[in-house]
Parts: sequence; structure tokens; C-alpha cells
Amino acid sequence: MTPFTRLTAIAAPLLRDNIDTDAIIPSREMKSTGKTGLADGLFAAWRYLKAGGRDPDPAFILNQPYYADAHILLGGSNFGCGSSREHAVWALAEYGISAVIAPSFAPIFAGNCTRNGIVPAPVPATAIAEIAADGGPVTVDLPSQTVSLADGRSWPFEIGGEAKAMLLEGLDAIDLTFKHKADIAAFQAADRMARPWVYFGDIIG
Amino acid sequence: MVAIDRIFLHERTGAAALGSLKAAGRAVADPARVFCVMDHIVDTRPGRGDQTLMPGGQAFITETRAAAHEAGLTLFDVTDPDQGIVHVVSPELGIVLPGLTLIAPDSHTCTQGALGALAWGIGSSEAEHAMATGTLRIARPHTMCVRFTGTLSVGVTPKDMILALIARHGAGGGKGHAVEFAGDAVTALDMEARMTLCNMATEFSAMTGMIAPDETTYAWLKGRRYAPQGEDWTRAVAHWRTLPSDAGATYDAEIVIDAADIEPMVGWGTSPEQSVGISGAVPVDAGERALAYMGLQARQPVAGIPIDAAFIGSCTNGRLSDLRRAAALLQGRSIAPGVKALCVPGSSAVKRAAEAEGLDRMFMAAGFEWRESGCSMCFYAGGESFPAGARVVSSTNRNFEGRQGPGIRTHIASPEMVAASAIAGMIADPRELAR
Ligand code: SF4
Repeated sequence: MTPFTRLTAIAAPLLRDNIDTDAIIPSREMKSTGKTGLADGLFAAWRYLKAGGRDPDPAFILNQPYYADAHILLGGSNFGCGSSREHAVWALAEYGISAVIAPSFAPIFAGNCTRNGIVPAPVPATAIAEIAADGGPVTVDLPSQTVSLADGRSWPFEIGGEAKAMLLEGLDAIDLTFKHKADIAAFQAADRMARPWVYFGDIIG
Repeated sequence: MVAIDRIFLHERTGAAALGSLKAAGRAVADPARVFCVMDHIVDTRPGRGDQTLMPGGQAFITETRAAAHEAGLTLFDVTDPDQGIVHVVSPELGIVLPGLTLIAPDSHTCTQGALGALAWGIGSSEAEHAMATGTLRIARPHTMCVRFTGTLSVGVTPKDMILALIARHGAGGGKGHAVEFAGDAVTALDMEARMTLCNMATEFSAMTGMIAPDETTYAWLKGRRYAPQGEDWTRAVAHWRTLPSDAGATYDAEIVIDAADIEPMVGWGTSPEQSVGISGAVPVDAGERALAYMGLQARQPVAGIPIDAAFIGSCTNGRLSDLRRAAALLQGRSIAPGVKALCVPGSSAVKRAAEAEGLDRMFMAAGFEWRESGCSMCFYAGGESFPAGARVVSSTNRNFEGRQGPGIRTHIASPEMVAASAIAGMIADPRELAR
């Protein structure tokens, strides 16, 4: 995973509440069993004129020349709700989005972001309105946990300590956890005595 | 770090997770506790095999099967008698139990919290993490208690309870909290009804929904295939009795709803929060975009909106009791001309049980199609859908734009309301039929 520290880029406003993962990547666009080849399907139902087609709808924000180079999305509240499909985040990452700024995020979506190098930055809706109105480049700074504009206006955001560390260092969560292998085995041995019905056989890993 | 007791995969994302794990040179630590189902894109027409109407869908099935076999997982395959929607099959077989942690790369995993488990939906990367390490790293969720006091009126269902909650408090109202559903109206529910209630906790943006296990839970679980037996059963029940929240426990947030205030609900818009009681109307301040997509007008009464199609099924309302209640309304009646209606049992076991009591014949006599089990038209993966632009009354959980197919207008409701609306050819109050 590519580490994230700080990014200054144009932010494309998609200021609707409850943007769901079906909208971010329709199920019909998840055409292969892998994690790639998804960028074309990003926001397909809004981005293209016809369902399943590829003719860009000029009205859609990402199709407007000014936002061609957007690497940040501005969203409404409860961003990423709905299906748990990580494809939504894989599609965003492949398209080139590295941060999403919204008043709130659906929990599964936020977790998927931090595992794929995308910063989910929650800031109040009033701040998002100011950022969208400004229209200029936006800076997402992870170490200081702030979102700011060129003129100095700045807003803090919350992100869990672990998610932040993983994003900053581009760490693989599984490797991190394997450092505690002995503790996990000890827990399972004790738990098996306390709750034998939870286990079906020997653990091989 | 939380120990994970049960993991479920399905064919829509199973191959990706198992493939990526293998590519990283990692093994599934405890395959005996990882289960895999074929539910999302399998065909539901009679006589099905691996072929599916979704373009390229067959590869998802065959690759997931191969990967599941290779990893040594328990697979409920397309033609297996235990096949079905993950959140129907897992409780049915007693795989989910009170006090367990259970995860699946599927947002409706919260359904299984109805048994007093901590069950929640995750992404593929987290599924890989849990399979490799037996754990997940999660932040401790905030807690919320949603208390339904009093008694539900006759003809009002758990689907109406959860839609009423989301309509009042918003699709973001659960804010990532672990939500406990409590109160007299909840403890009075049978197990399948509890699953319907917990199913849509994700539509409330909760991390999960759960209900304290009680005698109803234990009686329902006893004897199921993966439930503890003999001595283990006695020990397990003794442990489960220690799980419920203490009387007077405090939560980070609390919501109280008088169950008697709830009437049958129906969605009018493109978010589950856009739902109203059947006596209500599309709100005055309804958003333009939702109105345009749904082809409705502000102030329009919801009862009487003409429909093109009706769908009964899904992990929300595809269980035997759901089918029974819908069939009871359909008995001796026919669906309105021009309405396409189908019933898709939530699992193969539900289908067999329904057929044993003749529900299939009641559905078909009324004009419904009767299918093999699966997610079917709960969501659209590029294969089967309703006629373009159709207006569908659906017992499912999501009414997002395009959820059931491009341009499809979904009105989410209880199976009773779907049946009543199919008969009337328009959105209708099931209580009037029942009278
Ligand atoms: S029935 Fe619908 S909501 Fe449930 S698991 Fe299947 S696709 Fe998801």
C-alpha cells in the first residue's frame, strides 16, 4: 500500500447525502473476480449517458475539464453507505482518488478506505460548503489531521490511531497482526477451554 | 484486536479474497470455521447449474468454488441442500451462536446479531486479515440502545419497525454504533422477526444490530447442526445467560420508540430513510432528485401508486414465516393483470419447507413465479432484472438508484404489503385485505 502523508489537489464536489457503494461502483461493473479494472466503472450510472455505456455525460462533475485532475472527492453525509463491496474503494483508488472529505462515512467504507491508501476525512458540512465554494486546491494533511485551503482556512478531522498509522506508513495490517501470533495462540488455547463449542477442529495456521 | 469465531464468504467476493490471500503466500488459519455460500449471482430459475444470467457470472461461481475447496472451507454449493443466502443459512444451521463474533464481506451480516452474536459486515481486505490471523483490528464501537416499548398493532411487522426507526432518525442515524434492539416489542418477536429487524441496522449506518439472547433464542437454536450438543449445550446456555446487558446499563446513545405508534411502512424514495406510513404521502420537502428518479410528486399519497412488479425474498424477508404471511394474503386471490411477481425463498431449506406446506402452490395460483433460493433481484449484477423503468414493491432492504436494475424504482416494504400491492396493482395496506 502506498503511504499517505499530505496531498494538495483539486477536490470534485459530489454534495449529496447517502452516496452509496452501488452508486460508486454498480454491481454490474464488477466484471472480474479480481481487484483491478474497476476505474472505468466508477460512478458509472452517473458518469455515462446510458446504463452499461461509455459515452460520458458532460453534466457529471468528473467529466468536466476543470475536475479532470481531481484526486480528492467532496461528499455528503453517510458517504459510502450500502453494500460492503471493497470494489468501491478499489475503483476510487484506481481512478486516482486519494482522499474523500465528507461530513460522515459509513463504517465499512471508511475501514476499506484506510486499507487501500485512501484517507476518509470527516469535516462538518459547513466546512465542505466553504471548500466547494472556494473551488481551488485543497490540502489534506494526515500527520496534523487537517483539511485546508490555500488562503489558510483549515479544519481538523478525526481518524483512528491505527488507521492513521497504517495510512502514514503504508503498512500491511496482516503483517502487523502476525507480530502478536503467540498472544493469539494463547488466547485461543484458553478460549477453547472456556468455550469448547466455538471450535470445530485443530487450528493449522 | 478481536478474535473472530466465524467467517462467511460468498461467490461475489470470495474468489477475490481467497485469491489475494494465496497470492500473498498466506493460508487460512482455521478453515473449519470459515464457510462459503453461493447466493449473490446464482441463477434462481428452476433446474439451475453454474450458468447465470449475469455476464461473466459463471467465473465468480467456479473460481470461488475452486478457491474454497483448495482452502479447505465448508462450501454450500449451488445444488447443495443447504444452499441459500448467507444470513438465512447461517442461523438455520446454527453456525451463528450467541456471544460469537461473526464476519462476512457483506453489509447485512448484522442480521445475525438477532441471535445475540457480534456480527458485522467487512470489506475483502478485512476478510483476508481475519482468515489469515483469526482476528480483526477494530476500534471499539460506540453503543446505542434502540428501545421499542409497548406492543405492535395488528398487521405491523418488524420490517415496519426498522423502517420507522430509519425514517425518523435518518439513514446515518446509527453513526457506526453497535446498536442493541431492546424493549417489550422486541423481546416479543420470534427469531425470524428479530432477524428482519437486525438486518437493516446497516441501512441505519450502524456497525451492527443485536438482540440479547433469551429463551426464544435457545429454543430456536437447540438441535441445529452446528449448535453445541449434549454437555456442551448445557455449558453454552449457561454462558449465554451471562451475555445480556445489565438492567440499567448505560449507552452512548439511546432512542425510544413506542411500537404502538408504528403503522405499515413503505419507501417512496432512493434511501431507506425516505419511507412513510401507508396512510402518509410523499413529503412536501422531498428532494428533487429522488422525486425525479422515482417519478413521483410531493404530497402524493403513497397508497394507490400503481406498480409494475412485486418481489418477495432476500435476507430481510425471505424466511419461512415471511412466505407464510404473504401466502395467507394471496390465498384465493390473484395478482393484478400486468404485474410481474416473484417469490424467491431465502434458502433451499426454506424452499423445501414452504413446498411441504403447499406455499409454493398458493404463490403460483395467485400468479407469482416460484424460484430457487438466492439473492436474485434484490440487487442487479447485470443479469436478470425487471422491465426497464419498472416500479417494484419489494421485501428487500435497499431502494438505491439502480439497486434492482437501471432505472428500476424500488419501494421497500414488508412481504405482506408486497402481496397486498401485487393483488391491488398498486401500493396497498395489507391490513385491509386481512380484514
Ligand atoms: S439478499 Fe440482497 S441484501 Fe441480502 S445478501 Fe443478498 S444481495 Fe445482499
